[in-house]
Amino acid sequence: MTLNFALNGRKLSREIAPDETLLQLLRDCGMHSVRSGCDTSNCGICTVWVDGKPVLSCGYLAARVEGRAVTTLEGVKDEAEALMRCLAAEGADQCGYCSPGFLMCALAMFRELENPGDAEMRAYLAGNLCRCTGYASQMRALAKYAEGRRSK
Amino acid sequence: MSGQNREDLKVVNQARAKTDALSIMGGAPVYTGDLVPDGALVVKLKRSPHAFARIVSIDKSRAELVPGVAGVFTWRDVPHHRHTFAGASYPGNNPFDRVILDEYVRYVGDPVAIVAAESEEAAEKALKLVKVEYEVLEPVLDFETAEQSASAVHPEDDYVYQTDIGGDLAHNVLMSERDEDGDFEAVYASCPVRLDETWYTPATQQAMMETFRTFSYYDHAGRLTLVSSTQITFHARRLVAMALGLPQSKVRVVKPRVGGGFGAKQSMVTEVYAAAVTYLTGKPAYIQFTRQESCACANTRHAFRIRVRLGATEDGIVRALWVDSLENAGAYGEHAANVIGLSGHKTLPLYGKAEAWRYTGKAVYTNTTPGGAYRGFGATQGCFAVESTVNKLAAQLGLDPCELRLRNLPEVGKPMPAYYDEPLTSCSLDRCIETGRRMTGWDEKYRSAPFARQVGPHRYRGLGMAVTMQGSGISNVDNCTARIRLDDGGFYTLSIGASDIGTGCDTILAQMAAEVLECDIDRIVVNGVDTSYSPYDKGSYASSTTYVTGNATVMAAKELLGKMRKVAAERMGVAEGDLEFDGDEFTCGERKLTLTELGVESVNGHADWLTAAASFAGHTSPPPFVAGFAEVEVDTETGEVEVVDLVGVVDCGTVVNRALAQVQAEGGFLQGYGMALTEDVQTLPGGKLATNSFMQYKIPSRLDAPPIRIAFEESWEPTGPFGAKSIGEVVINTPSPAIAAAIRNAVGAEIHALPATAEKVYGALRAQGADSHV
Repeated sequence: MTLNFALNGRKLSREIAPDETLLQLLRDCGMHSVRSGCDTSNCGICTVWVDGKPVLSCGYLAARVEGRAVTTLEGVKDEAEALMRCLAAEGADQCGYCSPGFLMCALAMFRELENPGDAEMRAYLAGNLCRCTGYASQMRALAKYAEGRRSK
Repeated sequence: MSGQNREDLKVVNQARAKTDALSIMGGAPVYTGDLVPDGALVVKLKRSPHAFARIVSIDKSRAELVPGVAGVFTWRDVPHHRHTFAGASYPGNNPFDRVILDEYVRYVGDPVAIVAAESEEAAEKALKLVKVEYEVLEPVLDFETAEQSASAVHPEDDYVYQTDIGGDLAHNVLMSERDEDGDFEAVYASCPVRLDETWYTPATQQAMMETFRTFSYYDHAGRLTLVSSTQITFHARRLVAMALGLPQSKVRVVKPRVGGGFGAKQSMVTEVYAAAVTYLTGKPAYIQFTRQESCACANTRHAFRIRVRLGATEDGIVRALWVDSLENAGAYGEHAANVIGLSGHKTLPLYGKAEAWRYTGKAVYTNTTPGGAYRGFGATQGCFAVESTVNKLAAQLGLDPCELRLRNLPEVGKPMPAYYDEPLTSCSLDRCIETGRRMTGWDEKYRSAPFARQVGPHRYRGLGMAVTMQGSGISNVDNCTARIRLDDGGFYTLSIGASDIGTGCDTILAQMAAEVLECDIDRIVVNGVDTSYSPYDKGSYASSTTYVTGNATVMAAKELLGKMRKVAAERMGVAEGDLEFDGDEFTCGERKLTLTELGVESVNGHADWLTAAASFAGHTSPPPFVAGFAEVEVDTETGEVEVVDLVGVVDCGTVVNRALAQVQAEGGFLQGYGMALTEDVQTLPGGKLATNSFMQYKIPSRLDAPPIRIAFEESWEPTGPFGAKSIGEVVINTPSPAIAAAIRNAVGAEIHALPATAEKVYGALRAQGADSHV
């Protein structure tokens, strides 16, 4: 079947299989930030945006994005940079494999919530697992990033 | 060079962002799965549904007819050379108990056939069409009775022991060993206080976020080249060559960025299957495990039963200590023979006043998912058992467990008999205990009796602690090399064979070289790992990179600096001793030579190319230490345990990178927390692993994570680079015994088998008749 959608602001038309996941499609489109972690929509690593809202692309059929806008980290690099630098300063990247999905969810959170506190952030990001960091450094980085936003 | 005082350090002992941070976070194509060549065959494995069976026949004719299928390979089609998946120095202890595919399958999920196809769909379709007839055998599923089983998991007659490790394959005994000093029976019998306790630690998953994956192709020199998510780049080259019957010169292994390992990738997992397909078809091939395969068909932490006998004086001095470990190796012996020893050798030395100690260990095969390396490597299991026994001793004697530890600590300067007689050269564990005590408010809060701190209806608080040690590499075995050069653009290239798997070793080794070369890390490019170009390193495991590769890096950088000074002095026409170097230029009075000028000089026929290499092999493995503390709140109505405070105080010698060490410790503590409370690999009655996704196998999320507070009490390790020891593994060990002790302290419930689920705590409360508090 033919799928028409926008990827990071660019209109695309692709032939897809009806059972193809959005994750497969995006990797085929060369979006290396979109990575698989669990195959069962538990870990948050494959998070991308559809019409600006975070979705888990491993459990999301590609056919569902017909006529819609898909955003991956590649499409919001500039917006992500300040948060990436906060994470790097804390050493909160470690293996880095879960970082793009985490960033996509965190950026969506900061677009959605004015001034999230620690508990609010933990709840919003609960579906983004990380095995390396123990989360504390990520939370410190988020707090510093949020502070930076407020003082702007 | 600055260096023998921590105060003088400019780059080491500071926080630095990882050198690869922005590329790995930003989605650059740097992991194995991002680099697969177009047209690589998709490799999938047909797996056994039986825990133990002999393959009678395989009909692959229909599978081979599926359009796009390039090959279906069974045990009759692939090379048959016994090897091991365990990445460890050679020769070593791990028996060669594997072939690529075998006539026997030994656990549910053991590969039966390899399918290679042009697309995922074709490979999946072909998998279903491979028809296998099995002679189902009686499986060995319970490791405690494996020795008495009528079945032998490894009946093959070409099984190879590299060395005699006390095995008895007819009775499923992979290995057995014993080490001791003093007359245990006599000393134990003479002790006024004696404990004899048995503890269980289950299999757990490393659960790194990037599953196992490898692609392979023939390179320009006709070498079978593997790009793999691995911790053991050089061992993988040797083992793949061995499995295929190739000379090592015909195999090359490349490690790109790796999405975590925690020991899981210290074994080969996917390597041989991709390699076999490329070897048999000549074509590039890629295999990527699903999460389900990563859970059920790779390797886990070994399950242990540990019996501890402890004799002590009435004031809590441990005089006799015996750690007796039984380990479930699973179906194949990845690391089982080495993991088990650490349950004794990394627990007994902490009780340095013991007049007699003994360690006995036995590993048995069963028809379950193979065990393997996981952060802590046996020390974790031993720590739970020994520290839980010591905590019980403290409770029995009415002694403060912190005080009891302080009375038993090993002394700096003295040999540690249970640690291969290596001398203890640095230890601040006493300070770690005192600091943790202060951070937790221990002295104000701690009550020795349970039910003393009620904080709500059915809710009680308690405190617990534990101490631990690990090593820094494997003494007299590990060898790591670093090579550094001055490039003609006035920068340095540091080549290493150690695998950065997210730990940040590329960064901390650059910090060490930068400290020597008076610059910052932006002037150092770190390259690793390609067996074609990198210097030998046994790989990233055994908490070795900071200490072993770090020492090699410092030695190489110093040698390079010496060569640079010599060439600079010649070029400037001055005496070497009169030269000053600030990292950017050599000066002597008015004369100057910049680093760039020196770099250009070294490639323009005036001097040798400025390069230096150094190898380090440690004769000791200086232990890092941790004192870990937990405060819990237990609900006696449900048995639920809430950890309200988890504190770790770490002695890793000099902290090389303040940010990365902190995160290593926090991450290790959370893994230990998962092991304490939720993580448990469960097997169904027929032997199938049940917890094969993140839905069933519960790793902590950020909502589950307790507050974790880490502090460092730095010692100075005289044999370490800038006084450093390791940190990677030691941080996982204390949460489980500390949390178990805190549960006992809160409500008296004694947890002998991890994890301490609400059901177990509730059951323990009922069993002890604590109904009046429920």
